[in-house]
Order: sequence, then C-alpha cells, then structure tokens
Amino acid sequence: MAAVESELAVSSRRRPRWSRHRIARGVAPYALLAPATIAIGAVLAYPLYLLVRLSFERYGLFELIRHKGVWIGAANYTRILHDGQFWHVVLRTLAFTAVNVSLTMVLGTAIALLLVQLNSFMRMLLTAGLVFVWATPVVVAVDIWRWMVDSEFGVANWTLTKLHFGNFTHHDWFVNPWSGFAVITALVVWGAIPFVTITVFAGLSQVPDELLEAARIDGARPFAVFREITLPLLKPIFVILASLSIIWDFQVFNQVWIMLDQRPSSDYFLMSIYSFFESFRISEYGLGSAIAVVMVLIMLVVTSFYVRQMVKAGEVR
Amino acid sequence: MSATPIAPTPVSPTTAHLVGRRRSARKRRAGRVGINALALLVFVVMVFPVYWMVSTAFKTGPDIFGYTPTWFPIHATFANFGDAIHRQYFWRDVANSLIVVVAVVIISLVLALLAALALAKFRFYGRRAFIVLIIAVQMIPLNALIIPLYIALSRAHEVNKLSGVIITYLTFVLPFTIWTLRGFIIGVPKDLEEAAMVDGATRFGAFVRILLPLVGPGLVATSIFAFIQAWNEYIIAYVFLSSPTKQTLTVWLASFTTNRGTAWGPLMAAATLTSLPVVVFFVLVQRKIAFGLTAGAVRG
Repeated sequence: MAAVESELAVSSRRRPRWSRHRIARGVAPYALLAPATIAIGAVLAYPLYLLVRLSFERYGLFELIRHKGVWIGAANYTRILHDGQFWHVVLRTLAFTAVNVSLTMVLGTAIALLLVQLNSFMRMLLTAGLVFVWATPVVVAVDIWRWMVDSEFGVANWTLTKLHFGNFTHHDWFVNPWSGFAVITALVVWGAIPFVTITVFAGLSQVPDELLEAARIDGARPFAVFREITLPLLKPIFVILASLSIIWDFQVFNQVWIMLDQRPSSDYFLMSIYSFFESFRISEYGLGSAIAVVMVLIMLVVTSFYVRQMVKAGEVR
Repeated sequence: MSATPIAPTPVSPTTAHLVGRRRSARKRRAGRVGINALALLVFVVMVFPVYWMVSTAFKTGPDIFGYTPTWFPIHATFANFGDAIHRQYFWRDVANSLIVVVAVVIISLVLALLAALALAKFRFYGRRAFIVLIIAVQMIPLNALIIPLYIALSRAHEVNKLSGVIITYLTFVLPFTIWTLRGFIIGVPKDLEEAAMVDGATRFGAFVRILLPLVGPGLVATSIFAFIQAWNEYIIAYVFLSSPTKQTLTVWLASFTTNRGTAWGPLMAAATLTSLPVVVFFVLVQRKIAFGLTAGAVRG
C-alpha cells in the first residue's frame, strides 16, 4: 500500500493545480484496486517470500510445532543438487512436460482443423463432446481412467486383448512406470485437448477466407496454406496456448497422486509430487520448499514469454 | 481403445488434402464421408470415458464386475447413487463445498469488479504494472505455494478451517476474473455512460443503470468460472482440511478407495454427481470463457 501512496504522490506532484474533483479522480483507481491487491498480496506475495525463506531453513516436525525454522543457509540446495534422485525427477518432469505439451498442441490443432471442414451438425456434435470432456473435473477424470485401466475389470485390457494387441488380461498398467506414465499422459492430453481445440478453432474462424482462397487459387497445397498463412496469423494464440500448456503440464499433480492411490512410488515422482512428498509425507518442509523454488525458477522462463504475449494482446484494444 | 485415444487424429492433413484438391464430385463425396467418419471416431474416443462413467454408475454389480464389459446399462439401477449419497460425510462435504464456493464467488466478484473498473475506466500511474502483475501471478505454480501457505496457516491456527481454503481459492481466482471483467467493461461503449451523465445521472447512477446491466453477462461468466475452480480444486483442500467433517467433495471423492478395493459402481455414481453442477454451468458459459482467455489475441 505504501508503494501505491507514493505513486499517488508522484502523480499529484506533476499537476500542481488540483481541484477536489481531480483528487477524487486520482485516488479512485487506487481505492478500487486496493482490496484485490491486498488479497493477492496476502495469499501470493507473502507465501512466495515465506517459500524462499523456508528453503534456507531446517523445518521439520519439531520446527512445525515450534512455529519457527532454523536458518541453515544453502544446505537444502546443496543437498538436492547433489542428490541423484533430484536430477532424475527434474529430467522426468521436463520430458513429461515436453511429451504432453507436444501431443496436446498437435492433436488439439489437428482436431480444430478437422472442425473447420465439418458440416454444422457434425461440428456441433464434436464441439459438444469436447465441452463435456473439458467440463469434467480433474479428480473425476482420474477416477474414470483408473476404472478404465483397472487390471481386473477394466475396459481397456479387455479391448486391447480382443483387438489382438497381446494378452492384457489382468495386466497392471502401473507396475512399469513407462506404461503407467503412458496412461497418465493419455489422461492429461485427453483432458487438455478441448481447450486447445476450441481456442484454435475460434482463432481459425477469424482468419479471412479470401486469404486462404487466394492462396489456393495460386496453387498452394493445403499444408503450405496452413504453414504460410494460418500458422503466422495464429501465432499469438499458439504462443499463449503453448505457454499455458507448459505451465499446466509442468505442475501436474492430481493425475499422478490420485491415480496411484495417494502414495506413488518414487518412480512416479514429478517435481510437484517430489516437493509435496518431502514436505507433507516426511515433514522436510525446508527441503520441499527448495524443490518448489527450483520449480518456480524454471517456470519463470516460460512465464516471461506468456506475459509478454498477453500484455501485447491486451494492449491491442 | 482407451490407451490410445489420440491415434486417429494425425490422419486429418490427408483428408484436408483430399478436400483441397476437389478433382471430381465422386472423390469429393468420398472425402466428405471420410471426414465425417474421422470426426465421429474422434467424438467417440473423446466422449467414451465420460460415457463409461455415467453408464457404470447405472449398472448393477454383476454387470460392472464381469470379465466381458457390458457396453450399455441394460439392467439400469439407481442403487449406486443411493450407496454414494448415503456414505459417511457425503452431505457434510457437499455442504462444505457449497459454503466454500458461494463465499469464493461472491467475494471474488465484488473485488474483481472494483479492480476491473479501475483498470478499464481510469488511466493511472502503475496501471500497466498491475496488469503485468495479475497475468504473472497466474503463472506461479500453485503446488509450490502449498508449503508456505500451510506453514502460515498453521502459525495462525487456521488449518482445518474453511476460511483458510476460501481465502486461498479467492486469490487464485481473482487474477482471471479481473482480467475477464476488464474485457467486458471495455466492450461497453463509453458514449452510453456519457449520455446518461449528460442527462443528469451521477457517475454512480450511470454505473448502476447503464454499465452494470451491460456487464451482466460478464459477471455471470466470471462467477461461473470462479464456481468451477472452487468446486473442482483438490490439493489445497486435501492438505488444509484434515478432518473428514471439514473436507470438500473432491477430497471425499478422491478418498473413495478403501482397503478392500474400489467400489467402482458407487464411485462412478459419486463422480457423476460431482461433475453434474460443473457440467451444467460449464456448458452455459464455455464460449465466454474461451473468449476471455484469448480476447484480442488475433487481429482480425
């Protein structure tokens, strides 16, 4: 709040002759912003500061009860940076994010391009289906997929066996982390496609028809039309969608946590799970915070792209 | 089928290619059929999990636990729903979810409307910085903040209280609601308000009579967005609310598995019930949300 007041002082100093009305005009926006700013500051800014401080502290059960951590400098960081498992988890998270975001973007865009080709009935049908998937709460979605890949009565094993992909009777997908992550990826991508598809479709419908028609008359092949016209025009949308997908997939938690009965083995640790596990399962809050700080730092890089694009988009109007 | 729900789509460039060429009517018709078949396949693959949840919810035990899947609930029953809603804590947790949701929606709407007005109606020092802030804030990984939030709440003895959860949700909902409402307010022509003020209305009067009704759809859209976010949230509620009488519906749902294995019928019935309000509201508001997120991203 102090910052806001000093800003106000600056702005009023610029205009020496101020009337009562002028002051009201000058104060009004800050007064209107104040409640939201305070709420955001209390629940985001302070915890962010606390997170960084915790990452330099030993904070176990004893400290939790005492409500006070012990400053240990960068010890938490040196510990995780020298921990083989931590690097494993970082690489796994990055790979997981890359695979999920690529699949989501490619498939989501492909379905959007398909939507454009459809007649209005089929388009409505497919859009309605996508909206249903989009609306499904994540916790519910995880339960559905858990049921579909259930080792005994799951519909997936039966179907794969019938289609002669091999004998999947009583196959447990989560014994092998690779196949376990395949299921989780399918679930994440399935849930993420509708948003991407519907947004890209909205963007596609804003691309002027004459432009596409002209290119076709000039003999451009469909793929060339997509690459040379559609893609550059929709670039802002793709940047936003890709950044959002990266941000969401990088911190996937529920899908792994609930899918594996709230006790995933270390083979399934992503950074969010690892940080959560260190904190809330073995009460190493300081160590968990250090992992979380690394997460935030990695995220910052992606975020800068997204924020730039969003601010640009917002300034247009 | 479910393991590869995404396989069929890469075909679409080929079909687009078919349409693009337009050699003969016959080929064109074949292309149409192909495209529709592909669309139908995508539809089935995407919708199947949702269908499977609802149909399992209506099936009898033997139909669920059969080694050959029963594709349709031929012996439809409501038993699973009865089982689900009579489970311990169901109604308690529904009530908790409702309290949280209503509080989050009302408070976030008021705060966001005020902030959005400031951003849309005033030019002031620090405006751009605030816009950057609310966009950037959405990008902070929620999971990363759970630890300090938990520590802070435990210091303030607010753990295991709904109020802690409400405040936390509020903050995660606010940036988006402010951003979206700002878009709606900008969309209202300035002349309208000015005309009202010329006709003798006060600034506040113009706000209540002109702006508020016109921004109405925006308020509905954002409040439903806040509703969905708060209703669906899991981790924060899971960590902050430890006693079963304080938990929300998603936490109740996630802990459905018992040591004796999963009761899939009741679980799917409970899942259906949990999604129902969200699906209804979501269908109502979906267009506006999609619009809000990318408004102005394409220069038409």
